[in-house]
Amino acid sequence: MKNKINDCTDWVLERFPMSKLWNEHMAEYYAPKNFNVWYFMGSLALLMLVNQFLTGILLTMNYKPDAKLAFDSVEYIMRDVNWGWLVRYMHSTGASAFFILIYLHMFRGMMYGSYKKPRELIWIFGMLLFVCLMAEAFMGYLLPWGQMSYWGAQVIISLFSAIPVVGDELSLWIRGDYVISDATLNRFFAFHVIAVPLALIILVFLHIVALHEVGSNNPDGIEIKESKDPWGKPVDGIPFHPYYTVKDIVGVAVFLFFFATVIFYMPEMGGYFLENANFIPADPLKTPEHIEPSWYFTPFYAILRAVPDKFAGVIAMAGSIIVFFLLPWLDRCKVKSIRYRGGIYKKALALFVISFLVLGYLGTQPATPTFTFIARIFTVIYFAFFLLMPIYTRWEKTKPVPRRLTHEPDAEEQYAALVEVFEEMTIHEPMKTSWGATAFPVTPNKTGIAHVLTRLLKKLKGSFE
Amino acid sequence: MKKFIYALLLLLPLNTLASEGVTLQKVNIDLEDFASIQKGAKHYVTYCLGCHSAKYMRYKRIAMDLDIDEDLFLAEVAPEGANIYDPMLTAMNEHDSKKWFGVNPPDLSLIARVRGANWLYTYLKGFYTDKSKPLGVNNTVFKDVGMPNMLWQLQGEQTAVMEKVHGEEVISYLKIEKEGSLSRQQFDQLVSELVHFLVYVGEPVQLERQRLGKYVLLFLLMFGVIAYLLKKEYWKDIH
Repeated sequence: MKNKINDCTDWVLERFPMSKLWNEHMAEYYAPKNFNVWYFMGSLALLMLVNQFLTGILLTMNYKPDAKLAFDSVEYIMRDVNWGWLVRYMHSTGASAFFILIYLHMFRGMMYGSYKKPRELIWIFGMLLFVCLMAEAFMGYLLPWGQMSYWGAQVIISLFSAIPVVGDELSLWIRGDYVISDATLNRFFAFHVIAVPLALIILVFLHIVALHEVGSNNPDGIEIKESKDPWGKPVDGIPFHPYYTVKDIVGVAVFLFFFATVIFYMPEMGGYFLENANFIPADPLKTPEHIEPSWYFTPFYAILRAVPDKFAGVIAMAGSIIVFFLLPWLDRCKVKSIRYRGGIYKKALALFVISFLVLGYLGTQPATPTFTFIARIFTVIYFAFFLLMPIYTRWEKTKPVPRRLTHEPDAEEQYAALVEVFEEMTIHEPMKTSWGATAFPVTPNKTGIAHVLTRLLKKLKGSFE
Repeated sequence: MKKFIYALLLLLPLNTLASEGVTLQKVNIDLEDFASIQKGAKHYVTYCLGCHSAKYMRYKRIAMDLDIDEDLFLAEVAPEGANIYDPMLTAMNEHDSKKWFGVNPPDLSLIARVRGANWLYTYLKGFYTDKSKPLGVNNTVFKDVGMPNMLWQLQGEQTAVMEKVHGEEVISYLKIEKEGSLSRQQFDQLVSELVHFLVYVGEPVQLERQRLGKYVLLFLLMFGVIAYLLKKEYWKDIH
């Protein structure tokens, strides 16, 4: 029997490079050994992609892409289909989680210069993935056919009509009707479940192939391939499998803990993951007072509204995504990692993150004059970060970059340091309780807390230099 | 569990935004309080179902979830002639309702997820006499409401006491002019039961989901510990 199985395996292996693929991408793919928490996001995003595929397939089994039936079929899934509520919440929470992970993944790239030579193409594939993901989320959001689905899609598609000359024809062509209707729902369904997922898979494949060709970047931003041992293996590299497979499983456990907390205890996430207005069926005759896109689009939506002219706003919104593609060429600094870059880039990146978050908040709020004014300021900062980059990164005062990877304290060493800080901030004085026993109540130590805070602030200030 | 539900209610900022600055009265919803939900179901059938369907909810599901005998449920709660497998449909047809009210009264299956419990509670208690309106009433949280106050015989007749704030007339508080058949406390209780039912109907699986969540999180916690120990074992020779 055992021989038979071996024969079968050999038969396959003679015809398919299974072990070669496995070795190239897992067992003999050398990854830098100093990945920190930011390096979990990629594998977790892949996990979310799988989650969206599996739950999505299950949802299509009961969902009806028909303007008359769509809303009812979603409620049917929520109430009458066995475990339908769980599958649906996994899908809706998964969409938001996917964006959180992707934004963190992109921020990681910006911190450690993962878009720089020789990884420009990985960044381009990644950005294409991001654009596809936005299309996927936007079209998926129409499918529940609630009020916000309907009017959100109406607003976004009408943006195309701002394009001169062809605008009206173009938006008509996208909708397949003069308003969002059954025709729109059907084509969005087709794109959401077939076309865009296919593009996503292909792009993920290209993203990973390109990554494995040049090798992963790391928090120190140095090329591990430059120092090799006599056998030609990078000294600071470790095989992806088993080291990073077992490590990523820890990341999966931690992530799923938060993911499950949302699914089981706060699936609406205060109206951000599932919007309250989307529990009203779509009504083409009744415009909601306040239309807002899903939270993950709000920074770009805020940029759109910040520009007074509609067409210019559309260009600004598109531009705010396109500039990301240009990042590898806008950044002129040779040093990759933020650890060794000049203070000016650190400050610029911090400003960019703040403007992204503020714009994200403003996008959820009604456009009052004050809010529009603030949105304009932060839109300027957003674009300044990218467009002034060729100037400010040129004279950056960088620090010397080490030749080999540096050691970072691991979780347990950090825990010990944390305990020490806690000790410093508290007083444990033995005290007689009323019934005569000795207790050691933990009381806050004011001077200790002040010391810790000033040290933290100094460290924060220092980290920007 | 109760605390958790309160925490969930706190997480509804978008609901409060929808109420145009009127402060909402707080209602504590405990979905383990089956008695309240059951009484709420009865109130719903008595006062609401005449116009408002809850079409995504079947009588059988309510009886099952609240652990009530089906025959008893049909006799005591469901409207006469209803089958246990029926969804909660209204007897009023669309043609008539359009003629009488100008709009079709909306289905209320999901209203608690749209408005939130506090809004519903405030709304149901917020009707006051306004002779300028076609139905003779207005509402504090839903201006120019198109619905008559179904509970006025119980609550009594309320009028609005106005005050001037920054030169604008706003409602200061509501005063009961004519006492209804219920005391204020009894009436608040009744409205709270009705809201209990609506919150339950909005997502019947809520209790089940929270019950399951504990086990899932416990499992993930153990899984995380084992995964961490495995990682440590593998990584001990990496420096």
